[in-house]
Amino acid sequence: MELLKVENISKAYAEHQALTDVSLSIPKGSIFGLLGPNGAGKTTLIRIITQIIEPDKGIVSLGGSQMTTELVRKIGYLPEERGLYKKMKVGEQLIYLAQLKGLSKSEAKARIKPWLERLDLTLWSDKKVEDLSKGMAQKVQFIATVVHQPELIILDEPFSGFDPVNADLIKDEILRLREEGTTVIFSTHRMESVEELCDHIALINKSKKVLDGPKLQIKEEHKDGTFLVTHEGQLDPAAYYEIISQKTTETGLTETMVKDYTDGGPNNLLKELLGKVEIHGFMEHIPSVNDIFISNVTNQNNG
Amino acid sequence: MDKIGLIISREYLSRVQKKSFVIMTLIGPFLFAAMIFLPTYLATTGGDTKSIAIIDESGKFAEAFVNNEDTKFEFLDVDQDTGKELIKNESFDGLLYIPDLDTQDPQGVSFYGSSNPSLSMMGNLRDKIEGEIENIKLKQSGIDREVLDNLKVKIDINTINLSSDGEKQSSSIGASAIGYISSFMIYIFIFVYGAQCMRGVIEEKTSRIIEVVISSVRPFQLMMGKVIGIAGVGLTQFLLWIILSFGVVAALGAVFGSPSADIKTQQKEQLESMNVPQDETMAEIEQDVMSKATKALESIDIPLVVVSFLFFFLSGYLLYGALFAAIGSAVDSDADAQQFMLPVTIPLIISIISLSAILNDPNGTLAFWLSMIPFTAPVVMMMRVPFGVPGWELVLSMVLMIAGFIFTIWVASRIYRIGILMHGTKVDYKTLAKWFMMKN
Repeated sequence: MELLKVENISKAYAEHQALTDVSLSIPKGSIFGLLGPNGAGKTTLIRIITQIIEPDKGIVSLGGSQMTTELVRKIGYLPEERGLYKKMKVGEQLIYLAQLKGLSKSEAKARIKPWLERLDLTLWSDKKVEDLSKGMAQKVQFIATVVHQPELIILDEPFSGFDPVNADLIKDEILRLREEGTTVIFSTHRMESVEELCDHIALINKSKKVLDGPKLQIKEEHKDGTFLVTHEGQLDPAAYYEIISQKTTETGLTETMVKDYTDGGPNNLLKELLGKVEIHGFMEHIPSVNDIFISNVTNQNNG
Repeated sequence: MDKIGLIISREYLSRVQKKSFVIMTLIGPFLFAAMIFLPTYLATTGGDTKSIAIIDESGKFAEAFVNNEDTKFEFLDVDQDTGKELIKNESFDGLLYIPDLDTQDPQGVSFYGSSNPSLSMMGNLRDKIEGEIENIKLKQSGIDREVLDNLKVKIDINTINLSSDGEKQSSSIGASAIGYISSFMIYIFIFVYGAQCMRGVIEEKTSRIIEVVISSVRPFQLMMGKVIGIAGVGLTQFLLWIILSFGVVAALGAVFGSPSADIKTQQKEQLESMNVPQDETMAEIEQDVMSKATKALESIDIPLVVVSFLFFFLSGYLLYGALFAAIGSAVDSDADAQQFMLPVTIPLIISIISLSAILNDPNGTLAFWLSMIPFTAPVVMMMRVPFGVPGWELVLSMVLMIAGFIFTIWVASRIYRIGILMHGTKVDYKTLAKWFMMKN
């Protein structure tokens, strides 16, 4: 079941095409990675989803109905360029931002309190934002994004400015929110967090969508039949495989990356190798999201 | 709409609770008082006493120069060159040299000093010499000083406004003062609070809070919330100033009693003790002056002035505040804002400069047109209202004013909605025009 549907969105600024006919479908309860190099159009797409700007063409719908200003309240948006009123106290600021999202004052207070406790900010509630460290301000910002219990959270580079401990804290909160049924869109360059958290990914490059689908499926599709073989002894080139790289490990074993040209799959390759060297390990190489990202972007840019 | 209310209250409260607001509100009336009284005080107390040496070779001016608080005169019986030496030694501040002059063609009077003498002192010296020569000439023509003085008369013209309500004593002085003060207040308020609008927008933009907030409210709501919230701050400050000023005056009155009553009784006692028959005339004159002042104020429609002031203050502020907000949205820092500030402030400056012309002819063509153009109307119209403006003109000006600020708010919001999300772009008027034309 999809929560957010983006259909055939195009948007042009004066001389610059920001999005060309982009369609996405974001399943309910998923963590959706929106990837793309700088200037690809991610922020424009997010701004269109959150109704900050209007598309030239195309429709955005949330939960089956077309997006309106009222529906935007069901979204929590953490922009990449974010900030807070420096002179305002943490607590007051959170209440104000929650009220702008449509919560009543008492409701806002009640919901903010457990969040402050969970993120270790209770003692800072009466401090002004300018007295906070960058990481703490980011945590306040995160609370402001999720406090009105949105159905959809859009996080643009959520981990920038966090130390590893706090990044983990936020990661856990994102996973917890997903458990509770919240859908998350995640826009980032940090592929390791995509690898870890996302179950769907879409790649946008040069205003166009180039890739879209469940993460595992995409990885499956990008498998190119290479295997990592750990062995003892010298592995010579042969017609039915190609040696891509080779290195020696600390224990004196050799790790060879081989591309399989046999027809029968891993077992066939293994059979061929068994006679040649002493095998210590045999593992299929699954491309990382990073590899997929880089190969797709460079391919398109060259082509 | 409840969101606009939220934004207004945040903008309002965050400013009213600031220390700088409280301090300004408390010391504002004193600053104003100081601004009005200090120059007068300084002008009247004057500087140090100057000593002027005089070499009078004609011997005709011995009685013309009388010492006073500001200047001491000393006649020297030396020649011009010795006198100059004395100036160099700084024994005197200046040397006035009067040659043996011909009263028909008085030439050759010189002043020597170590620095440039003040205009007022030169005028003073000139008056004295001219007066003395005049006296000499009068004597030569056989006219007595007293006869001449008797020829001079002084006339006070009472100005009276004729209207359907009957006759009212009017006072151009009172009207000018009220007009000037209210025009100037509006001018300053538009500047101060307009700049606050701009800075508020720049702050939201540079701190990047805008991106967070903009997904929950429309840019228009955000802009209007800020503009209206700051208008509230301005009104609050203004009202507090009025209350405070009255409070200060009342408190002083309670502590010291009515000073004027005290002085009156003192004067009366003095006069009685001296047994001067002028007692009655003094009191009469006093009463006359008092009644003139109150009558003069009566001719000014105070409620109308107050209502117009509030109207033009608010509408003028809305008109300019929106433009200032738009400027704030277009730039990345206060410094970048300068280039756009100038064209916006020019109409304001023109209206302040034209005030003296308006004062000369409060119902003239210039006054009429400037009070119809919404950009100059707030300042100019407030100058005219105390003098009495035809009803239709006032209504037309107000209608145009409302149309004016709706227009600028519309223009400003179109620039604002784009500008507020743009960072690091080099902005010029072409860019602004492009943003204005851009659809959302």
